[in-house]
Amino acid sequence: MSNSAPVKISATDVKVFYGDNQALHGISMDVYQNEVISFIGPSGCGKSTFLRCMNRMNDTIEHCRVTGSILLDGRDIHEPALDVVQLRAQVGMVFQKPNPFPKSIYENIAYGPKLHGLAERKADLDDIVESSLRRAGLWNEVKDRLDQPGTGLSGGQQQRLCIARSIAVSPEVILMDEPCSALDPIATSIIEELIDELKQNFTIVIVTHNMQQAARVSDRTAFFHLGNLIEIGNTNDVFTNPQQKRTEDYITGRYG
Amino acid sequence: MTIIAENPIKAVAAPSQVQQKVIASLAKRHRTENLFRRLGLTAVLISLGLVAVLFINIFSKGLPAFWQSAITLEIYFDPAIIKIPPMPQQRVDESDNDFRQRHIEWQTEIGFVNFNRLITDSLQKVLPDAGKHRRDLARVVTSGERFALRDMVVADPSIIGQTRTLHLLTDANIDVWLKGNIDRSLPDAQQQLSPKMREWVDKLAADGVIQNRFSLALFMNPDSRSSLASAGLAGAFMGSFYMMLVVILLAVPMGVAAAIYLEEFAPRNRITDLVEVNINNLAAVPSIVFGLLGASVLIGWFNLPMSAPIVGGLVLSLMTLPTVIIATRSTLKAIPPSIRQAALGLGASKMQAIFHHVLPLAIPGILTGAILGVAQALGETAPLLLIGMKSFVASIPASPFEQASALPVQIYLWQGNELRNFFEARTSAAIIVLLLMMISLNGLAIWLRKKYEKRW
Repeated sequence: MSNSAPVKISATDVKVFYGDNQALHGISMDVYQNEVISFIGPSGCGKSTFLRCMNRMNDTIEHCRVTGSILLDGRDIHEPALDVVQLRAQVGMVFQKPNPFPKSIYENIAYGPKLHGLAERKADLDDIVESSLRRAGLWNEVKDRLDQPGTGLSGGQQQRLCIARSIAVSPEVILMDEPCSALDPIATSIIEELIDELKQNFTIVIVTHNMQQAARVSDRTAFFHLGNLIEIGNTNDVFTNPQQKRTEDYITGRYG
Repeated sequence: MTIIAENPIKAVAAPSQVQQKVIASLAKRHRTENLFRRLGLTAVLISLGLVAVLFINIFSKGLPAFWQSAITLEIYFDPAIIKIPPMPQQRVDESDNDFRQRHIEWQTEIGFVNFNRLITDSLQKVLPDAGKHRRDLARVVTSGERFALRDMVVADPSIIGQTRTLHLLTDANIDVWLKGNIDRSLPDAQQQLSPKMREWVDKLAADGVIQNRFSLALFMNPDSRSSLASAGLAGAFMGSFYMMLVVILLAVPMGVAAAIYLEEFAPRNRITDLVEVNINNLAAVPSIVFGLLGASVLIGWFNLPMSAPIVGGLVLSLMTLPTVIIATRSTLKAIPPSIRQAALGLGASKMQAIFHHVLPLAIPGILTGAILGVAQALGETAPLLLIGMKSFVASIPASPFEQASALPVQIYLWQGNELRNFFEARTSAAIIVLLLMMISLNGLAIWLRKKYEKRW
């Protein structure tokens, strides 16, 4: 990934506090357009917390305080004039555990577009549902049972349904919080291929515990430790020639 | 492989020290487990047995009350006795009000007719020696039935001059006598019926003129003190119905709204903690205290009518509110947070996430809580006594603002009636009606839960 691509998200000195507990100690980084960037690091290092700052999901947690600035396309996501609803339509999210709504597959995809009034006619909505499912590689598996509950799919299919659901509102950035940790290796590889394709249209930030996954799917990798950003760089460089001792120790399995 | 082959028995026969300890403790574990199972089973059996005893007792006592002694008489609607002008017809130039006035006057005139004469005249035909015992004669049929005859005339005046075969309820004491609920060997002084009456009743029963018939009086009539045999539950039933209506319209939406706000929107601070503690306390307040509150605030300050279902409904709403709030909150808590996150992550506002996704999943739990709260309110008696609903009301309320009784209060009133051997069965019959209402409410709760239940 050349660094000449435009900056999509720019974070400066982001600190997060849970009550008296400081979870992030001033993170600064840029995320470029149409790249896949992965966050790695041991449990509790703050990578998921930082991910959730990017669409302000931390707002829903009580006693959580965020300082510093995060610019999305140059605009501060914390500015009062920006409604969090607008932000989240722009920055979608896929969670660790597949969480489809207990509704039909169709309704799962159609909910977001309906919410934001993206489709005026039923036919438009049908198109959105089909194209979202196609892009998530799920269309052929579910096209005959769109009216069946999304919760009836297998774990991997459910996660792809959740990805399709977030694509349906045409976000610019998709945040993925350990999207494969609840899936078997085959479902994982399908999703990894999917991420590779989605990169054409979206900027993807993925948190993962699986270093091979980070190495396989991402253009750049950021290593977090104890609430600090230790190292960020091209994935190849980080894995083959880490600049920091701690990064090297982590990726060679000395701790984690 | 070879090692095991050399010494195959030792490996099996000598358990390690840890194994020995585990084996030694097994017997005790099994003993306690068995004991616990047996205790649990015994508890279940005892409670089932008690419920069975209760039901058998109530049904065996109450069911006979649905069948009452009724006398079959040929009633001649004698024009010589029913001397009334023809039913007024509305004239073309007459206003609705004037016509209604004339109609009421006409009904008043009917009220002066001695309908009891129709009954006694007809009785004389089946009782040849009746002429000498006019006092007894007037007491065979319960006094409420003359109004049934009047209503027949009002409904259709062309009946005058005709003869109809009617089944009229006998006096409550005749019912008691025929059902064997009074000791027939008691001396005259202790009998409710005169010797002549007893002779008549036995003869009429033997002839099949008096029979035990299924009677709707219990369901169709309000309470009565002058005509005990036709005293019914309709007034109390309607009173309870209006109160439940008030509870459903007030306590359920208010409770659900309060619970949603407290659980999903309210910030966690001292004030909400205080509110939460007080809601839980409110659920534990004895119900009679709510009655006092209703008497002093609703009746005393707001001058709402006494004995009215609206006041009862308000008091019961207050009592049900914490139940609904607590049930709704615990249901909302049980909805997995991942559903909320999914909706929020798509850009739904908090309100949309709750109303589109959380509430639909919570509906079965909310409905169950609400219906159980309503059922609890339906069976509540104590607060109603304090707001005047234990007074005797002989009419069926047409609105929640009219005086009424309530089913559990009616049970309490009948339980204390002087004519024990008649009202014991009627009390149990009222309990059966109340229980059936409760069971159908609970059945509705189960049905709704099954209907809306979704798996996730």
